[in-house]
Amino acid sequence: MNTPKTLFQKIWDAHVVHEAPGKPSLIYIDRHLIHEVTSPQAFEGLRLAGRTVRRPELTFATMDHNVPTTDRALPIKDQTSLRQMEALSENCRTFGVTLFDLDSPHQGIIHVISPELGLTLPGLTVVCGDSHTSTHGAFGALAFGIGTSEVEHVLATQCLIQEKPKNFLIDIEGKRPQGVEAKDLILSIIGRIGTSGGAGSVLEFAGEAIRDLSMEERMTVCNMSIEAGARAGMIAPDEKTIEYIKNRMYAPVDFENAAEAWRKLPSDPGAVFDQSVQISAATLAPQVTWGTNPGQVISVDATVPSPTDFSDENDRKSAERALEYMGLKSGTPIESIEVDHVFIGSCTNSRIEDLRRVAHFVNGKKVSAKVHAMVVPGSQAVKKVAEEEGIDRILKEAGFDWRESGCSMCLAMNPDVLQPGDRCASTSNRNFEGRQGAGARTHLVSPVMAAAAALEGHFVDIRQSGQVL
Amino acid sequence: MEPFKVTKGIVAPLDLPNVDTDQIIPKQFLKRIERTGFGQFLFFDWRFTKDGQPDKKFEMNAAPYQGASILITRANFGCGSSREHAPWALMDYGFRCIIAPSFADIFYNNCFKNGILPVRLSEAEVDTLFKEVRQAPGFKLTVDLEQEKIFSDNGLTFTIKIPSFQRTGLLNGLDDIAVTLAQEDKIRDFELKQLKVPTPLL
Ligand code: SF4
Repeated sequence: MNTPKTLFQKIWDAHVVHEAPGKPSLIYIDRHLIHEVTSPQAFEGLRLAGRTVRRPELTFATMDHNVPTTDRALPIKDQTSLRQMEALSENCRTFGVTLFDLDSPHQGIIHVISPELGLTLPGLTVVCGDSHTSTHGAFGALAFGIGTSEVEHVLATQCLIQEKPKNFLIDIEGKRPQGVEAKDLILSIIGRIGTSGGAGSVLEFAGEAIRDLSMEERMTVCNMSIEAGARAGMIAPDEKTIEYIKNRMYAPVDFENAAEAWRKLPSDPGAVFDQSVQISAATLAPQVTWGTNPGQVISVDATVPSPTDFSDENDRKSAERALEYMGLKSGTPIESIEVDHVFIGSCTNSRIEDLRRVAHFVNGKKVSAKVHAMVVPGSQAVKKVAEEEGIDRILKEAGFDWRESGCSMCLAMNPDVLQPGDRCASTSNRNFEGRQGAGARTHLVSPVMAAAAALEGHFVDIRQSGQVL
Repeated sequence: MEPFKVTKGIVAPLDLPNVDTDQIIPKQFLKRIERTGFGQFLFFDWRFTKDGQPDKKFEMNAAPYQGASILITRANFGCGSSREHAPWALMDYGFRCIIAPSFADIFYNNCFKNGILPVRLSEAEVDTLFKEVRQAPGFKLTVDLEQEKIFSDNGLTFTIKIPSFQRTGLLNGLDDIAVTLAQEDKIRDFELKQLKVPTPLL
């Protein structure tokens, strides 16, 4: 009998092109996703060296980071953003790469559109010059972010030189309580293991609470693996995965055979992980970050912690600085923190199910007069379905600003930027200093928690509303 | 890529853990389509005040640290995004070596690809260096990648351990792509084998 293998080991072994003792391995890449911000220098490198793209049919491009989320018919004002978008179009044309540009009905955040199109499949290696590539691990793919030199390397060779990561099992047993969303699961995990707890590892999320998640919720969990410092995060494919992929634009032609192969991917019983941790889902509550990294997170019914709560010197220093930046006092109840902005969007939480839950929650109510609340669908496809279902109407009537798809205020590289001192409840993935604008303060939460904050003007424990799905 | 063998230079302190890539190079400066010219934006929100003047509160701005080529900092440096603009900005500013107790994975890799040497020392060793720098601002270190040693003129010595593949690459200024392309036959074999799998996943 063969030695039992984990999901990660199976995919890794199937992609080793070459390995030699004491050296990193050369592994093959099945899907390469690119966008306008981290690819221009890679194409420039190819040109300078007179190289070509080895398998242009395995690379897919879109524009998301820099794009305005206002009316697409308007000209783009920011000339430098425009230059990056033009460079991407030009590079895709020259090198024969498929591009879903601003006018495409498939445009959207790269990590939202690739699964939508059926480009993300179980068992594949997927890379992108963006750290949240870990999202695609939700399908049982090995997916990780790379730098621009590596983008160039994949373009030229379809391979990557990689040190084999370790494998870390995160087992979430039991059922999630009502009001605890996928976002709360992953925020709790990061709070537990820390922002470098997953360093050097590929996380596998398993257990009942994970199996119970929809595909979109699994993407939310895997998306933030990188915030735990992990190389990648993944979840074993199952019938939900297969069902999700069926009939998508790029789904395999020989679907049944492919599905048979995918069913063999989950970790074998008795497979060994380098590390593991168990968390009981029943103990979890909705989460709100209070600091300036995603690990600085606490339950909504708690109070802002004090630096002295931390035994580790670095954590203490970090907490002190974070509280100062965030303008918060320890001991303040989280629910009393007032926000003036709400952002619902990003590759973490901008899919149709997120928007449906938000619409269900805010239906017939009004956004607080003190709050500017914005909803940015993850893709044109999400936007279209939302409009067909009347979600846009419910949101607009409640007072939300309904936008075109893109990264938007997740990193505020386009015109959607906060002012110094602004406080925002955001469904994105990073609350770093200045992430949503210099001096702006970000609290990461789930979509329904963000919606509730928009209505009330401060954080609320949605479990008390009697209204959560 | 510029090879890295030995470098001697002023050490600048950045006494913060978890310095993320958004701080190293804020996103509003990611819009260039070249690899150069990012140094002026390094640590932008910390280095400059609102009206664009150097911020006196930011330690690295002090006169003795001008022209520094070695940065010492705290744990988990470079966490966050995969943006290679972070090492480009550090390099363009003049840093060739970064010393910290730990680094974020992608950032660590990105450094080697751009001629920067990231060095992991223990918390205690990093503490020692911070003390030295503060006692004598302008303090210099020599980083010798060939010997895998760091030393100062006043007799401090640290042994460092750099993964051998990356070390060779940096010492010789090797281009990873050329290294991989030399394995063309293996890549082709892999592709042929993959095509023969009964259920092509592609
Ligand atoms: S939505 Fe945010 S995290 Fe996701 S790809 Fe865009 S910028 Fe990155």
